[in-house]
Amino acid sequence: MLKFVVRRLLQMIPILAILSVLLFLFIHSLPGGPAIALLGERATEEGIEQIEEDLGLNDPLPVQYTRYMKNVLQGDLGSSTRTRQPVVEELKQRFPATVELGLAAMLFAVVVGIPLGFIAAKRYLGVLDNTSLFLSLIGISFPVFFLALLLKYLFAIKLGWLPTIGRIDVTRGLDTPTNFYLLDAAMARDWEAFKDVLRHLVLPAIALGTIPLAIVTRITRAATLDVLNEDYVRTARAKGLDPSVVDRRHIMKNAMLPVVTIIGLQTGLLLTGAVLTETVFAWPGVGSWILDAIRNRDYAVLQGGILFFAVMVAVVNLLVDVSYAFLNPRIRLR
Amino acid sequence: MRKRLRLITVLTILALLTAACADEGADEPTTTEEGGGGDATLTFGTSADPVVLDGALVSDGESLRAIDQMFEGLVTLTPGTTEVEPGLAESWEVSDDGRSYTFQLREGVTFHDGTDFNAEAVCFNFDRWYNFKGSFQNPAASYYWQTVFGGFSDGKTDSLYESCEATSDTEVVLNLTKNSASILAALALTNFTFASPEALQQYDADKGKVDAEGIFSPTGTYATEHPTGTGPFKFESWERGQALTMVRNDDYWGDFEGNIQTLIFQPLADPAARLQALQNGEIQGYDLVDPQDYETIQGDENLQLLNRPAFNVGYVGFNQAAAPLDQLPVRQAIAHSINRQEVVDAFYAGQGEVATQFMPPELFGYADDVTEYEYDPDKAAQILEDAGIETPVEIDFAYPTDVERPYMPDPQANYEAMVADLEDSGLFTVEKKSATWSPDYLDNVDNGRYGLYLLGWTGDFGDPDNFVGTFFQTEQPAWGFNNEEIFSCLDEAEAETDEDTRVGLYEECNRLIMDFLPGLPYVHTQPGLAFTANVSGYAPSPVSLEPFSIVTVEE
Repeated sequence: MLKFVVRRLLQMIPILAILSVLLFLFIHSLPGGPAIALLGERATEEGIEQIEEDLGLNDPLPVQYTRYMKNVLQGDLGSSTRTRQPVVEELKQRFPATVELGLAAMLFAVVVGIPLGFIAAKRYLGVLDNTSLFLSLIGISFPVFFLALLLKYLFAIKLGWLPTIGRIDVTRGLDTPTNFYLLDAAMARDWEAFKDVLRHLVLPAIALGTIPLAIVTRITRAATLDVLNEDYVRTARAKGLDPSVVDRRHIMKNAMLPVVTIIGLQTGLLLTGAVLTETVFAWPGVGSWILDAIRNRDYAVLQGGILFFAVMVAVVNLLVDVSYAFLNPRIRLR
Repeated sequence: MRKRLRLITVLTILALLTAACADEGADEPTTTEEGGGGDATLTFGTSADPVVLDGALVSDGESLRAIDQMFEGLVTLTPGTTEVEPGLAESWEVSDDGRSYTFQLREGVTFHDGTDFNAEAVCFNFDRWYNFKGSFQNPAASYYWQTVFGGFSDGKTDSLYESCEATSDTEVVLNLTKNSASILAALALTNFTFASPEALQQYDADKGKVDAEGIFSPTGTYATEHPTGTGPFKFESWERGQALTMVRNDDYWGDFEGNIQTLIFQPLADPAARLQALQNGEIQGYDLVDPQDYETIQGDENLQLLNRPAFNVGYVGFNQAAAPLDQLPVRQAIAHSINRQEVVDAFYAGQGEVATQFMPPELFGYADDVTEYEYDPDKAAQILEDAGIETPVEIDFAYPTDVERPYMPDPQANYEAMVADLEDSGLFTVEKKSATWSPDYLDNVDNGRYGLYLLGWTGDFGDPDNFVGTFFQTEQPAWGFNNEEIFSCLDEAEAETDEDTRVGLYEECNRLIMDFLPGLPYVHTQPGLAFTANVSGYAPSPVSLEPFSIVTVEE
């Protein structure tokens, strides 16, 4: 097992190295650069030249890349051209926000999606099955930002139940040592703040979780249908086992394998999906940060942020592979 | 049965949870009264975080908006206007040669850290700016110093600044290397407000390291955690992406007319999110209202729409280096062929007016009697025929993509309407061009790669020099002309220190410019701000210098 993990970790190195080169080339081939983004209409020839000189953008690309990677390996992702703060510092502050949102969204998708898919399969071609199919199709095809607008309109503006922006009511003073606000509020035993954070989490989590929800529902349904027809299920039933035990031990457990895979893959995708959701909900996470960086041609933030995303996706995939081993001893990895 | 029971239980728990969450927020007050004085809280939605809270090192609107609440300069502007009025200087005198300004400072003013504001503090700040080195000279940082004063103490470029003398505790003399009539208006810029010398040193405002990429990162905490001015609000806390919180300065020297105790700027990059947050009462105001949302806001009795006086101009630039735009009749014919009124009516949601010249009517020096070019395709045809120019005339015309500007909310729509006008007249064939605003489009314009192009400008300070002086005082590739008469008119007007003479000179320059027709100005707009209906006293300013200390939030 350990060997497997180590091998997978080693495999990640060339992947990330290649990715970093592509990323670097891609970002530096974006039209223009920070200089004009910083100056806008007020850009003059001399101004642009001076900024490019200052930022070291006149050096050949390989030189810039080597310099960049040397720093990255020492844990230095450079400084944002806009805020002039170290990228690592900003990442530390923003990543917990994205994780909190991502986990909430995934929780929503799993808690609703697995039972829904399971029941749909059990009522194959019934009303509930067809409804869930129809809804998941809508879920997949609905643009996230539009769904977000609708959710906000309904649950915030019309019904007045929930807030539309941010992670917490900004007039509330909460100490945030970990930047995981739910955790921070719980540690401070500030339950009012905890509730406030929870309320802020609901709409963005639903918006971000809708696509994974639809996918989890459909995969659960398909996997359950497969298992339902297996011999061992028939045998279990035939020997008079309680149907709920058959459901739990024989059907659910075996149907979970593909579902876990998809949860893992979707968690990786959630990070990227967060770009839109975070912007629409003014959620101060990595996603909105990267979008701002694109707007401002903030090379260091773009490179650092995307590289970080890539590492996260790779790590999540590794975790998925490892979890296989636990779920299914037959494919215990050599 | 058991299953159904379980389902019902789950649903009940969910419903209870939702209700528990919902109840609490339903009627949460947006303002709180903490015994006497009506200590209101106002949360304002901004489009982005400030860069840093050091006026000397920023040029973006969001940084300036925040700094403006906490810092003050020698002079300021009467709220809602571009008129200069006393700030931390009670009065001033100009020497006969216009090169030295003597300011009498207000007494009894203290910085937020309790240290005294005095003549030495003023000179400390001026010396700090003048002695900026290395990355501080980067135009993204000290853009406004360079615009107003030119160079630094290292002498690489000439500087307007000569010296600052603290002749007594309350008297400061600012010496310039030549006279400049626009200096007073420029000193009202937020960039020239004063920071506590002690705080600047204690929190290492000028210390930092240049990393391998050449970016200067301040290691000090002055500009992020300890900005210290004399203004009506003082810094409380700042979490990027979340909120900048300021509280009322109880020791403020001046009148604090409003009732805001806590002022919060919350960055909301998405315009739709800003509107919904306002409708939901999470914020009480926001800037940069999308013109398409004007109707929604005006139709909601809980909201109000305010407009900034027009302080911008949108124009079609003509690059005279590109034939046939070097011929005046061609430029005139283009001007007569474009129906500007229709463009303004169609795409500015009622917040635009047709421009007759390159600066807004609110500004002194605006001339009522410039040559105007009304929409008249027949006249355009006549002009070309009289000049013996063969039609259709071939021109190229460009517009920017991926951009919205106050003077140009929808560039493509403007462009398409204008191109249709030009082609329908039968006088022109248009080669259509476009590019991404930043950087390709701006780069192409600045380097004279287009013939006709859409562009515009928003003023920084209330002086015509900031409009026509920026465009036409020197030869520029974007315009591609060399007209000594206009250049020297603007030189003379900029240097003139007698206010009345100066007004007359700028009027004259505007007449010259519009006869020469280097481009076709077509719109001035009034950008919108939205507030909840219980907010009053906000004074929209043409240059966006808007103090929250005069704002009241009703319970």
